[in-house]
Amino acid sequence: MPLSAAFVQQCRVLLGNRQVISDPESLRVYECDALSAYRQVPDLVVLPDSVAQVRALLKLCNQHSIPVVARGAGTGLSGGALPVSGGIVLGLSKMNRILAVDPLNCSATLQPGVRNLAISAAAKPYGLYYAPDPSSQIACSIGGNVAENAGGVHCLKYGLTVHNVLQIKLVTLEGRLLTLGGSGLDMPGYDLLALAIGSEGLLGVVVEITVRLLPLQPQTQVLLAAFASVEQAGAAVAALIADGLTPAGLELMDNAAIRATEAFVHAGYPVNAAAILLCELDGMPEQVAADSQRAIGILQHNAAVEIRTASDEPERRRFWAGRKSAFPAVGRIASDYYCMDGTIPRKQLACVLQRISAMAEACGLSVVNVFHAGDGNLHPLILYDARIRGDFEKAEVLGGQILELCVAVGGTITGEHGVGHEKLAQMCVQFQAAELAQFHRLKRAFDPFGLLNPGKAIPTLHRCAELGHLHVHHGQLPHPELERF
Amino acid sequence: MHDLDIGTQLQQQVLQAVETGGALRIVGGDSKAFYGGHCAAEAWLNTADHCGVIDYQPSEQVITARAGSRIADIAELLAGHRQMLGFEPPDYTGQATLGGTLACGFSGPRRPFAGSARDFMLGCKIINGRGQILNFGGRVMKNVAGFDVSRLMVGALGTTGVLLEASLRVLPVPETDLTLACACTEQQALSRMQQLSGQPWPLSGSAYDGEYLRIRLSGAETALTAVAKQLAGDADPAGDRFWHDLREQRIGFFQLPGTLWRISVAPATAPLDLVGRGLLDWGGALRWLNTDMPAAAIHAAAAAHGGHAICYRGEDKSDWLRLDSDLLGLQQNIRLAFDPLSVFNPGRLFS
Repeated sequence: MPLSAAFVQQCRVLLGNRQVISDPESLRVYECDALSAYRQVPDLVVLPDSVAQVRALLKLCNQHSIPVVARGAGTGLSGGALPVSGGIVLGLSKMNRILAVDPLNCSATLQPGVRNLAISAAAKPYGLYYAPDPSSQIACSIGGNVAENAGGVHCLKYGLTVHNVLQIKLVTLEGRLLTLGGSGLDMPGYDLLALAIGSEGLLGVVVEITVRLLPLQPQTQVLLAAFASVEQAGAAVAALIADGLTPAGLELMDNAAIRATEAFVHAGYPVNAAAILLCELDGMPEQVAADSQRAIGILQHNAAVEIRTASDEPERRRFWAGRKSAFPAVGRIASDYYCMDGTIPRKQLACVLQRISAMAEACGLSVVNVFHAGDGNLHPLILYDARIRGDFEKAEVLGGQILELCVAVGGTITGEHGVGHEKLAQMCVQFQAAELAQFHRLKRAFDPFGLLNPGKAIPTLHRCAELGHLHVHHGQLPHPELERF
Repeated sequence: MHDLDIGTQLQQQVLQAVETGGALRIVGGDSKAFYGGHCAAEAWLNTADHCGVIDYQPSEQVITARAGSRIADIAELLAGHRQMLGFEPPDYTGQATLGGTLACGFSGPRRPFAGSARDFMLGCKIINGRGQILNFGGRVMKNVAGFDVSRLMVGALGTTGVLLEASLRVLPVPETDLTLACACTEQQALSRMQQLSGQPWPLSGSAYDGEYLRIRLSGAETALTAVAKQLAGDADPAGDRFWHDLREQRIGFFQLPGTLWRISVAPATAPLDLVGRGLLDWGGALRWLNTDMPAAAIHAAAAAHGGHAICYRGEDKSDWLRLDSDLLGLQQNIRLAFDPLSVFNPGRLFS
């Protein structure tokens, strides 16, 4: 149903004409996030520039029962910011000020539109930085990071967004402003801060974030180890962790990824290796020296055919250059790619990679693997060609199979990208009907009418049944006593 | 460690309470009965026998155990593989269980540097207030599928469900610990704590007991030797004992009679204008106060600095925790989403 003229007019009164977008050409900018395979042109986009405007807008949407999709920088990879028909997109890009950097308490208070990388830039004069570093950090916003509980290369040692946020201010659909968390390290009652982080815009709109800043480490070292098989690289990852090392980053690239990036940035990677590991160690110089020595011993013991140590800062950057340009490099060898995001127990790495390659072969597609091996977070890139009819659908099916494999080996369908629109079907595989119903009841405690980012993150039981993912016995859904949505 | 699965039995007890309109007091090792508000339920739901480790592989750095498992037993198992619970929870002379520790959300001195109980929580199995057994989260480090119910369970005092199992990330034991101590005033201790926390020292503890500021450093021996040369303070040979006793709340301060408050504020907050005996932990972010001041004054002082206060131990728990009205309403709705009949621990968190 199109939005009523009266509603649109009230938005204009609240925000002024310049912050309300309704012409078809400009609306198209907001039709998708970074998962561009799914698109929906929004009916209206509003761009508030203050907390008061967000509160007024949400109150208005609540009165008119208009669905709201919050959007940060639009860099999400799961379609979390995909517009919904008959709703509005609430863009937070105009709220992009760093409100305070507090070096004494090692924290920074930010509006949601502040770019991830800008936080570390502002903290740098104090010798501090913000640790979570999703690969889109140059563009992605902290509000979006909070909504998705974003990770990055350094999560293994420094945690996800949830481990690095002290407080958020959340506007509810009724327009109430809630403070979750506090100036200290915990909050009274339920830990709503942890609940809100990663809630994908289903519980409220985040309008202010206070993050924890960490001291910049005096030294960083990167090791590059090459292996003759992916299995050996996987075993080396497990061995490093079992020995008690906590690298700042531990990344794995398979041969396809090595070749693609080498052709693109000439990082000097060994192109004949089946896999390489990049192992970053940071801390006091003596600690880094001790850890590097230990890591080299373990890598040697685990059949590394070559181990290089970055001798200086330019070489360290070169080692990382390949990893950091892996996605665009893959973009050069395939017209399109679809990036998946499952997490598995580390011990399953080799077995899962083998099975992914077999599954890809069976459906005639190629997969490139470059991922956060240290925490078992896979990012298989499925190559396809959007110009070929049915090719994306094939990639979509393979992607689904990969995620279901992750669940089958004891892992999860998403490590850091979120469920969004993309992984709804796999949510029905990972969770039972009663668990999904519990999620819906929890959502209703915040949003009784289901207006915040409807249809995302948590599938309805109805949808699971339609997709054939709920086990239907003699025509009866399990748990017939549960409410259906 | 014992190994016994009484999950179905516990579920039956919950279902019976649901049917009869009863309420249950969830009890593990009964080591933290002093904590929280007055629980109106008489009938016990005893989780202590539901115990044992379900899965632990050191190379995964994840342990999954039943809620009745003793923290001390888990710590011993982990220590055998040079691993530990990174949030250093108290084990209360061996009585504390995994479930009770998570339900209370207690974390020890390492918390600001390594993370809190909720930070290490990866997944759980619970019984909700409808008697359903549900699984949330998982056994892997990174998992953003669905709402983070596992972390919501931490500190909820059992009011969102009975914890049956939990999966926690564990950490390697540092190669060496070193404690440096120096005598100073509270103000000096606070400014020193701030100064240190903004610099990349390998800190794992920072506390002031009213007399001495102690900092703990953890890492490779060569690194600690180098760091110790650059920092003020003398090596404290009894350091390990101190941190252990602080974690267990066994040092002299915790033996004082009277009411004990736990105040959580930004670490650089100036000494609070409150009368009583104090102890600083967490680099200044956690302030213990033994006082007979009225609850209202303590809540107000914490709130004035953007923090909060909890009456941790005391006779009068009528005003032990405060939530503003919007937050209280939301939290009550969340409780009802999990436990619509308020079967679990009524009154323990809020009435």
